Amino acid sequence: MNGTLSWRRIRPAAMPVIGLGVAFAFLWPYLVMLLDAFRPSGDVVQTPASILPREWKWTTFSEVVGDERFRAWLQTSLIVALSSTVIVVLVAVPAAYFTARFRFPGRIAFLFLVLITQMFSPTSLVVGIYREFYALTLVDTYQALILTNAAFNLAFAIWILHGFFASIPKEVEEAAELDGCGPLLRLRRVMLPLTLPGLVTATIFTFIAAWNEYVVALTLMLSDEKKPLTVGINSYVTGYEQNWDQLFGASIIAIVPVVILFAVIEKHLVGGLTAGSVK
Amino acid sequence: MTQTASAPVGATGDPAAPTAGRRPRRARPRRGRASLGQALLWLGPALLLIFGVVVYPAVELVKASLSRYSITGLRKGDAGLDNYTNVLANESLGTVLTNTLVWVVAVVALTILISLGLAQFLTKEFWGRRIVRWAVIVPWAASLVITARLFSLIYSYYYGTLNAVLLKIGLVDTPIDFLGDDRWIMPSMIAVGVFVSIPFTAYVFVAGLHAIPTDVYEAARIDGASPWQIWRRITLPLLRPAILVATVLNMIYVFNSFPIIYTLNESNPGFSHDTTITFMYKLAFKSAEKDVGQSAAAGLFNVLLILVAVVIYLRVSRWREEEES
Repeated sequence: MNGTLSWRRIRPAAMPVIGLGVAFAFLWPYLVMLLDAFRPSGDVVQTPASILPREWKWTTFSEVVGDERFRAWLQTSLIVALSSTVIVVLVAVPAAYFTARFRFPGRIAFLFLVLITQMFSPTSLVVGIYREFYALTLVDTYQALILTNAAFNLAFAIWILHGFFASIPKEVEEAAELDGCGPLLRLRRVMLPLTLPGLVTATIFTFIAAWNEYVVALTLMLSDEKKPLTVGINSYVTGYEQNWDQLFGASIIAIVPVVILFAVIEKHLVGGLTAGSVK
Repeated sequence: MTQTASAPVGATGDPAAPTAGRRPRRARPRRGRASLGQALLWLGPALLLIFGVVVYPAVELVKASLSRYSITGLRKGDAGLDNYTNVLANESLGTVLTNTLVWVVAVVALTILISLGLAQFLTKEFWGRRIVRWAVIVPWAASLVITARLFSLIYSYYYGTLNAVLLKIGLVDTPIDFLGDDRWIMPSMIAVGVFVSIPFTAYVFVAGLHAIPTDVYEAARIDGASPWQIWRRITLPLLRPAILVATVLNMIYVFNSFPIIYTLNESNPGFSHDTTITFMYKLAFKSAEKDVGQSAAAGLFNVLLILVAVVIYLRVSRWREEEES
């Protein structure tokens, strides 16, 4: 009893301190990265290692942002991630809604197909993907990358959204039906606002997966200016040139948009995972 | 393998125990009937994408696995099942399969256990919780390739920060060769694997915990249950669907995880620390033979392996029962 009492007293102070520890546990590698971005590249790979830069270099970020190649990679990443996310949402929403609301021949087969696709990764299929886009002469194009990212993230989106739509009682839609609304209008006016967290979840998952996709981009994108960030920034450190500072500066810039996106929609995301995946 | 991974799930196997606390089940939605034509209209785009970009490459992969290729990637003719027998006869296959098993089981089990604790913490009310939640997200938001490169530097024998810190606080006398020493490389890679898998998993659990109604806890407390009993008898069973989802998704992601192993293992020759995914990639693009056919065969093995693993897991954890109950 005494123990609980004293815990109650120190809890307001103790919890934030533990929280700080937890935050540090997840951030420390990226703090190392930030420090590495603020030292000359040679200092990163100097023996013995020093935790703080021996010499501070403040120009890294302006160098990276001023680099034409970096801006091209950033552009590719943005185009590819945004387009695949839009495609996934546009394609997954009707499919998930329809399978959740209607019975039709092949419904089970479709859901099974979706489940199976979830297990296929672009990495295992990379040889087949390359051969397909080679035959379509789409190697080294945005389209190839966008289609791949959209297709492989579709399963998760349909799975999550299906759970959402199915969890909303039919009665909610019936009033709209009596007013003469067709399924498309009911989906847009009634169902989507109710399943917004699911939509947000599907969106953020697809965006992150596409933003960070590596193997297919590495294989399909040949010209330097069409590479996405994940692949492009590796050329800052190769056998020929070693610009660790720029590699890490560029990496930090690449993280920021995603974290901001997260911070903005975090509330929805948590609600989203609940109703969708847990049903 | 499922022994460790499913321990927390198995613990909840007693179906009669805690259902008293469950919310009344919502009325099952009635489904209208629709014709095949209507279905094709609504599902058409999804089917087009799935067949065009997932199924078709899979078929191409099967075809490639049955063909013989020159080192530059030109098809030279049929190979029958040669590619399959070659992959199966590859002397590294045993090692690669063992590595894969160790990698997937260790990463998934540790991720689930740590995330369970972390999610409990992240659902408590305290000052600064929002900021802690954002911090936890960062390893997920960061590209895996970059995190892998970062850790290859942190782990470095010569200029790694980790060795610098360990030496400074006197835990070791000489630096550890995390990425070169056979005893250290797998644990080092697993640590990174767990690190990047926790954020997603913890969020699935945070969502699951938020879904548990608080009145259930109050009832248990009034009945005099201890915190441990409450967690064991109420939280864990109600979290079961979330644990199942997180485990299956993590199995798939971790099995297919490429950048960590590829990058951290870069300096080591051969396949002694590869998993099936990097093994396949190296066969196609990095090995002396550059054999597209063999790599395709290995890729098909990969797809089959994860399918079988997930099916076994779902059987052991009685997924269907959960879905239908």
